[in-house]
Amino acid sequence: MDFIKRYKLDSLLLPLIGLGGFLLLWLIIAGRIETRKTVDEFGDPVTKSVKTGISPDLPTPSEAWKASKPYITEPFAKRGELDQGILAFTKLSLSLVMQGYFIALIIGTPLGFCLGLSKTFTKAMDPITQVLRPVSPLAWFPLGLVLFSSVKLMDGGGKTVFGASDAAALFTIAVCSMWPAVMNTAVGVRAVPQDYLNVAKVLKLSRAKTLFKVLLPATLPYMFTGFRLSLGIAWLVIVAVEMLTGRPGVGGFLWQEYNAGSYSRIILCILTIGIVGLLLDRLMSLVESRFKTA
Amino acid sequence: MSLLEIERAFKGYGPKWNRTEVLSDINIEVEQGEFVAIVGFSGAGKTTLINLLSGLIAPDKGAARFEGKPITGPGPERGIVFQNYSLLPWLTVHENIALAVDQIFPQWTPAQRKQQVEKYIALVNLTPAAGKLPRELSGGMRQRVAVARALATGPRVLLLDEPLSALDALTRANLQDEVTRIKREDDTTIVLITNDPDEALLLADRVIPLTAGPNATLGMSIPITIPRPRDRKTIADHPDFKRIRLELVEYLLKSAHNRKTTLDKKLVLPDIEPEDISVSRPPFGWSGRRGPIRRSEIKTAEVEVEK
Repeated sequence: MDFIKRYKLDSLLLPLIGLGGFLLLWLIIAGRIETRKTVDEFGDPVTKSVKTGISPDLPTPSEAWKASKPYITEPFAKRGELDQGILAFTKLSLSLVMQGYFIALIIGTPLGFCLGLSKTFTKAMDPITQVLRPVSPLAWFPLGLVLFSSVKLMDGGGKTVFGASDAAALFTIAVCSMWPAVMNTAVGVRAVPQDYLNVAKVLKLSRAKTLFKVLLPATLPYMFTGFRLSLGIAWLVIVAVEMLTGRPGVGGFLWQEYNAGSYSRIILCILTIGIVGLLLDRLMSLVESRFKTA
Repeated sequence: MSLLEIERAFKGYGPKWNRTEVLSDINIEVEQGEFVAIVGFSGAGKTTLINLLSGLIAPDKGAARFEGKPITGPGPERGIVFQNYSLLPWLTVHENIALAVDQIFPQWTPAQRKQQVEKYIALVNLTPAAGKLPRELSGGMRQRVAVARALATGPRVLLLDEPLSALDALTRANLQDEVTRIKREDDTTIVLITNDPDEALLLADRVIPLTAGPNATLGMSIPITIPRPRDRKTIADHPDFKRIRLELVEYLLKSAHNRKTTLDKKLVLPDIEPEDISVSRPPFGWSGRRGPIRRSEIKTAEVEVEK
């Protein structure tokens, strides 16, 4: 035990033990193929392979790895629209998330500022924001389709580049991921110390200058906390949106694999979604800490 | 005509049914070039008074005037040094002062403005720290930045709201010397609010006591006849020092003693009933005694407390 403590091995060992336990649990639950020798009605010996186990359809870790290997070793391969390397899918999903996320920030930040600055506006908007905030992405998507049913952008060859489902996807991501940015910005604006505003008053800063020189910098730390949470939600929503649209991406791939009955690669998709989400969060935390003042 | 004056001003906070009158019947006149110190207890309403002078708040009744014109809001001609520095934490020392200078002198060339900023950073001896953020500075240094920012805008009056009360004794002495030096060099009109009578006597031309709140009001002004330059080591030996200090402190203490505060006091006894003691509870109360007050019978009493 002394040895472990001296080299701080516990921070390495404990996660490994946790991971091992998780894999063991997976192994126990996963289905096994059993070959049974029986005799059919004519008296001939037959070998039958049967899946048994707690969850017979769940592939074992080694099966999952075998099936996922080509997608990991050739991460950018494109064999078909819904048969690409895992990083190629990630790239597609990320680009959609980023578009929706930026729409959310462009709308959400000014909205948050208005909510933080004006009590009247807050009172007027409160019922709407309170009701809309908890709505699931699955519920927003059909509304997006209805709203943007006439959207159709075509390229030279008459192929649709940006259709109703694309618009609806962006809409869903934007509407769902907007709220943390809105709320945190509003709270941040309300939390700006009166001292800073007094400074602005004594110097007779114009409204625009007060906004950009005092309010905005004072709110930035709060805003970036909101932005980080928003990005997390945007990434959550992407899977749902891709499942509904069937568009290529990590979520779309997951859904397609499920429908095709090849469950091995679902695990890969889940892991990818988790890892990318974690990386995004860490990245935003870095940006966030950069803006911490005092 | 006085440079800055307040006439019969009242200020209170809170709604009608729960109102605290902080200041009542405030009268003060500050002449051009004067250094006035206002000395009062903590919580007497000193900050409210400086906010009235700066225009950050308006009096409920009465008038506040600057150069004969009513004060409608704060402005750069009345520079304030806040008690808690109020520096913008994301700006460096230079940028904090530049924000003020750029705003007040937009007609100047950038070089002129830069020169102005640097001049006032040098005035408070902070040139080596010009590129630092407020959080990298000590309390005394931050307060000097705040003073430099207020002075750099060329105010007609400098309002100092307990600028030195949060500092340790040594830093405080240093900054007091700097205030004296700045006053001598720039000949600014200064209103200093403080809770330290010695500080007032060391720095100001006259001192006005602010009585204890609520309903705090200003006492009569006492001119400080001690000749300048004043030295903190020898000032206490001056006969006037003792006289003025005594007069000031006695006035402040008397104002606090005359005040009676009423408190609501809840009389609660433990909700137990002794069985063995025969406290009779006769229906008619013939003995004039009664049993212990139960929690359900809590009474409120108003008690007068001498402060």
